[in-house]
Amino acid sequence: MQASDRFNINSQLEHLQAKYVGTGHADLTRFEWAVNIQRDSYASYIGHYPMLAYFAIAENESIGREHYNFMQKMLLPCGLPPERDED
Amino acid sequence: MDVDAEISRTQEERRKLEEALAAGAPMAVSSVTFDTDLYGGGGADPNRFAGYDTSIPASEDDAAEDDTEAANPAPRRLAAYTGHAIAAADLPRSADDDALPKRSQRIIDREDDYRRRRLNQIISPERHDPFAAGEATPDPSVRTYADVMRDAALAKKKEDLMREIAKKKKEEEEKEKEKKAAAPEQPAATTKRRNRWDQSQDSDAAAGAKKAKTSSDWDAPDATPGIGRWDATPGRVGDATPSVRRNRWDETPTPGRMADADATPAAGGVTPGATPSGAWDATPKLPGGVTPTPGKKQRSRWDETPASMGSATPGGLGAATPAGYTPGPTPFGAENLATPTPSQIARGPMTPEQYQLMRWERDIEERNRPLTDEELDAMFPQEGYKILEPPASYQPIRTPARKLLATPTPLGTPLYAIPEENRGQQFDVPKELGGGLPLMKPEDYQYFGTLLNEEEEEQLSPEEQKERKIMKLLLKVKNGTPPQRKTALRQLTDKAREFGAGPLFNKILPLLMQPTLEDQERHLLVKVIDRVLYKLDELVRPFVHKILVVIEPLLIDEDYYARVEGREIISNLSKAAGLATMIAAMRPDIDNIDEYVRNTTARAFSVVASALGIPALLPFLKAVCQSKKSWQARHTGIKIVQQIAILMGCAVLPHLKSLVEIIEHGLSDENQKVRTITALSLAALAEAAAPYGIESFDTVLKPLWKGIRSHRGKVLAAFLKAIGFIIPLMDALYASYYTKEVMQVLIREFQSPDEEMKKIVLKVVKQCVSTEGVEADYIRNDILPDFFKHFWVRRMALDRRNYKQLVETTVEMANKVGVADIVGRVVEDLKDESEPYRRMVMETIEKVVANLGASDIDARLEELLIDGILYAFQEQTSDDANVMLNGFGAVVNALGQRVKPYLPQICGTIKWRLNNKSAKVRQQAADLISRIAIVMKQCQEEQLMGHLGVVLYEYLGEEYPEVLGSILGALKAIVNVIGMTKMTPPIKDLLPRLTPILKNRHEKVQENCIDLVGRIADRGAEFVPAREWMRICFELLEMLKAHKKGIRRATVNTFGYIAKAIGPQDVLATLLNNLKVQERQNRVCTTVAIAIVAETCSPFTVLPALMNEYRVPELNVQNGVLKSLSFLFEYIGEMGKDYIYAVTPLLEDALMDRDLVHRQTAASAVKHMALGVAGLGCEDALVHLLNYVWPNIFETSPHVINAVMEAIEGMRVALGAAVILNYCLQGLFHPARKVREVYWKIYNSLYIGAQDALVAAYPALEDDGDNIFSRPELAMFV
Repeated sequence: MQASDRFNINSQLEHLQAKYVGTGHADLTRFEWAVNIQRDSYASYIGHYPMLAYFAIAENESIGREHYNFMQKMLLPCGLPPERDED
Repeated sequence: MDVDAEISRTQEERRKLEEALAAGAPMAVSSVTFDTDLYGGGGADPNRFAGYDTSIPASEDDAAEDDTEAANPAPRRLAAYTGHAIAAADLPRSADDDALPKRSQRIIDREDDYRRRRLNQIISPERHDPFAAGEATPDPSVRTYADVMRDAALAKKKEDLMREIAKKKKEEEEKEKEKKAAAPEQPAATTKRRNRWDQSQDSDAAAGAKKAKTSSDWDAPDATPGIGRWDATPGRVGDATPSVRRNRWDETPTPGRMADADATPAAGGVTPGATPSGAWDATPKLPGGVTPTPGKKQRSRWDETPASMGSATPGGLGAATPAGYTPGPTPFGAENLATPTPSQIARGPMTPEQYQLMRWERDIEERNRPLTDEELDAMFPQEGYKILEPPASYQPIRTPARKLLATPTPLGTPLYAIPEENRGQQFDVPKELGGGLPLMKPEDYQYFGTLLNEEEEEQLSPEEQKERKIMKLLLKVKNGTPPQRKTALRQLTDKAREFGAGPLFNKILPLLMQPTLEDQERHLLVKVIDRVLYKLDELVRPFVHKILVVIEPLLIDEDYYARVEGREIISNLSKAAGLATMIAAMRPDIDNIDEYVRNTTARAFSVVASALGIPALLPFLKAVCQSKKSWQARHTGIKIVQQIAILMGCAVLPHLKSLVEIIEHGLSDENQKVRTITALSLAALAEAAAPYGIESFDTVLKPLWKGIRSHRGKVLAAFLKAIGFIIPLMDALYASYYTKEVMQVLIREFQSPDEEMKKIVLKVVKQCVSTEGVEADYIRNDILPDFFKHFWVRRMALDRRNYKQLVETTVEMANKVGVADIVGRVVEDLKDESEPYRRMVMETIEKVVANLGASDIDARLEELLIDGILYAFQEQTSDDANVMLNGFGAVVNALGQRVKPYLPQICGTIKWRLNNKSAKVRQQAADLISRIAIVMKQCQEEQLMGHLGVVLYEYLGEEYPEVLGSILGALKAIVNVIGMTKMTPPIKDLLPRLTPILKNRHEKVQENCIDLVGRIADRGAEFVPAREWMRICFELLEMLKAHKKGIRRATVNTFGYIAKAIGPQDVLATLLNNLKVQERQNRVCTTVAIAIVAETCSPFTVLPALMNEYRVPELNVQNGVLKSLSFLFEYIGEMGKDYIYAVTPLLEDALMDRDLVHRQTAASAVKHMALGVAGLGCEDALVHLLNYVWPNIFETSPHVINAVMEAIEGMRVALGAAVILNYCLQGLFHPARKVREVYWKIYNSLYIGAQDALVAAYPALEDDGDNIFSRPELAMFV
């Protein structure tokens, strides 16, 4: 980054963006992005009650159970992170 | 020739006179020829010289008598008594003072003596850092905490000892005196002989006693004069500090003043102006020169004419006392030399004070140099004058000191001195520094002098090189241009750890102690410390105390921003160094013998508490407040609590109980000062906690209660203050009870002559009265009579702070007891003979009436009120704060229709004053019209208003812009109320008269004029022919250059009204033409005006011409068109859906232009367009435009990229997040990092804007081994 745009509006924008968990950056891996997508999706399902009800009917589960399941899935939505190859 | 004859006659006469003198003939006054014109002719009256001195006293005694008289001129001047000199200084000055040159920028010039004590502090050597050292025993050369504590104890002991000695001596003296008094057999002659001595001693003693008396115990040495001991903000305290406010005459630098102001106190004793060497015409003596006059105690009257003396031989005194050149801290050996040679002055770096003095001296010398023959020839007429030989007896002054003065620059060689070869010698021309360094100020040589040595850098040791580097950077920060400063600051920050804490602070901190520092420089240096602190972190520990010594004074600076800055640094420092180090550094200062140190330390501690949390500091505070060793420690500890309360406000609430517990025992401390500060701290805590936390104060109520009955004087004042702040926290029931109890004491103290007590009593009364549960009847019957008797007196109006406090308290009472009671009591005083008092009454009435309305006021009171107001308004001589005007306006507005009977009289006054000679009076009269116009309308006095309108119209030729502005404002007010049709003079006459006034460049005139014209254009455009409007349009273009935004805004709005009135074509043509001008601001305003015209006259009337203008192959015009479009779409919002297809081709072109600004402006037009038409079915056009916008995402210019990003955001709103996400996906994992960065930035703003909406649009990722990326839920189907 140049010295001049260290204090301008764009850097403020980036600072703002960095405050959100789900935002990304140039070095984000496929896995990390996918995890964000999964968590956002589950959060969205839980947040929209009609969606939750729909999934409950589809899976023949209670809404509460479905809610709980989604919450649990948010822990490791895509399984363990892949081994990082040292570079 | 008759000239010759006349000359010879005069010479003859003089010779005779001289002979007579030489013969010793007594010179009778009457024999001397007085100027009969001046002294009155006729020798018949033998008493005509009765009032004159016939001889100059030879001895000192006679002069002494006069002195005493002169020292106490009050009786003579009593006839013209107007008020305190101090109070006069406090009164608002008239505007002509502003014409004086600006105040000096230097910090030291606005500091009082107390604040100046910061320069006495010593930057202590760094201390041992036990954290860094670990278990290792500290090096004996390093100062440890124990060393510091030992030193502090030693200093204390020394102080005690000195005090003891002084006491003993005094006692002995007294004994001696008693003995002498007991021995009456003194011979009469000796008593007479001694008499004089006695007298002088007595007068000295009397003076001392007087001093002691006048400096009442409020400013006893241990008190903090000046800085808000009683108040939260350390502002100026007029009467507590001895002569803080400086007369404006002080601002002219006289040599004495210079040395006085600049010299560090050590040198203060030898201020050049005070050299007692006596007679005004004597050659200034060189110190250590021949016969110094034996110290005369009493200066003769002749010495007391500083003005003439200052201008006659001004530099001389300064130059002749080398002590003036070498203030205490930096002596370089000159004072031992008998005769200071000029070369000496130039030798080595001069201290800043010397330089100032010299600069000034040279200036004066230049002006007072002897006139040359040519100059004299030019001055005198050729005829009637004759050049004579100087008499043989004439001896030009050849004394060396005089000669020394006569040389214009000190570098001349009036005395011979062997010139030394010195390469590093600095002449007064600042030397050019290599390497792009900024110019050094002479004051800086002391610190940066070594940079001038052009030695080879390679020869220096690495340490020295580092030091040099730091110095260069600091010099750039201090004196450089903004870019230089910026880079230097960054380098200092980045390399802070590399440089190391020691070298950095050793260079920075002394600079901050420089006596000639200016505000800006201090700010920059403090900034350096702040940045460096951040980087150095725990490495600062050994330097904590050092830093505190220079930063603490900022906490009591009178400049708010300096205080904030100081707090920030100390807060950062405590975060970097940690609590333990901070306590270790400041603990020894807590019971320092110097009150200044204790005061600043307490403030610093409160900042530490706010930075690290109160709980962390509580145990320490508890220990300090209970210190048995010294009352100073307890005092400081309690003061820390007070400062914490002031600094943190309601954030003390969670810890309120513990804070109160820590200090409560101080109420019964044996030391009076501790008791006082405890009460004040409680007051501060209660103020901070209000309205909560009464339960925390339960334990202190009783001691406070007892206290206000048993104490007197300032302890009582403090206790009252505490109670006064605690009462508002109580329940209504208790509050009422306590108020009644405390009121007895308060009413008793109403008559206290003590100023501080008065202020506190007023404050407490205000607090009590405003508390719920205190009944109106009680106030009316028990408080009001005494209150008005003691406080509503003329003297209260003279002191600014008393005045304010009294008005506030009275207004608070009025809120309880109602308008009628208060106004009824003071209304008569509107006719008081003292103007400040009338002003105070007026302000009170204004506030009361504005708060509560005038419905309580009965007919009789109403009459009195109007009468009084008219009187006060007419009798005012100066009203800078507009008190009278506001008061008048407030009362008239509050009375509303009830003013009707008085309106003719009021208007008569206004008319009469509009015709006044003084501009201020005219301005005020016009202002008053604009304030009461609405009420006049309510009273249906339209005829009267029309009349006033005509009168004002006649005054439009006013030449004072301030007055003209007010007159225009008054006309506007009238037009607003009575409307365009009824206005007299008719609009068609009024407007042409306004057109030339639009040319006036004065801001106030412009603003009022454009408002009025805009109003007419809005409401009554049809009364004026179109041609006149076009003329106004051209004038308006000029107004777009105005500095004030309000004027520009009013102007563009007026364009809109005019366009509406006469159709857009002509106005638009004018505006489009204006796009070609060079000035940016003008063009920008024009584009706004075009957009407004388009909005008011519908876009279709404007767009064709506007788009056609885009074909002009000129950058400014095209950009102007694009900008107009941008504003246009911003203003028309949804209406844009009808025009989007029309402008798309134009925007396509603009978005593909080579010029960056084209693309930027077009992008912002696209943004507004997209936001306007969101959800209105224009997606096709928007996607088309997005395709043109998107390639611009790789722009780097900040404005362009910003506009592009915003356009994309706009598209997100209009098209939905999914569309933009699809544009994004192509680049999120692009192989080129630069590309990825941009795309992720877009993705991130998309994500923040529409996180939820993206869930449905994310791409389906393929699973990867153990990792499952698919989202099966989305595939579910019922």
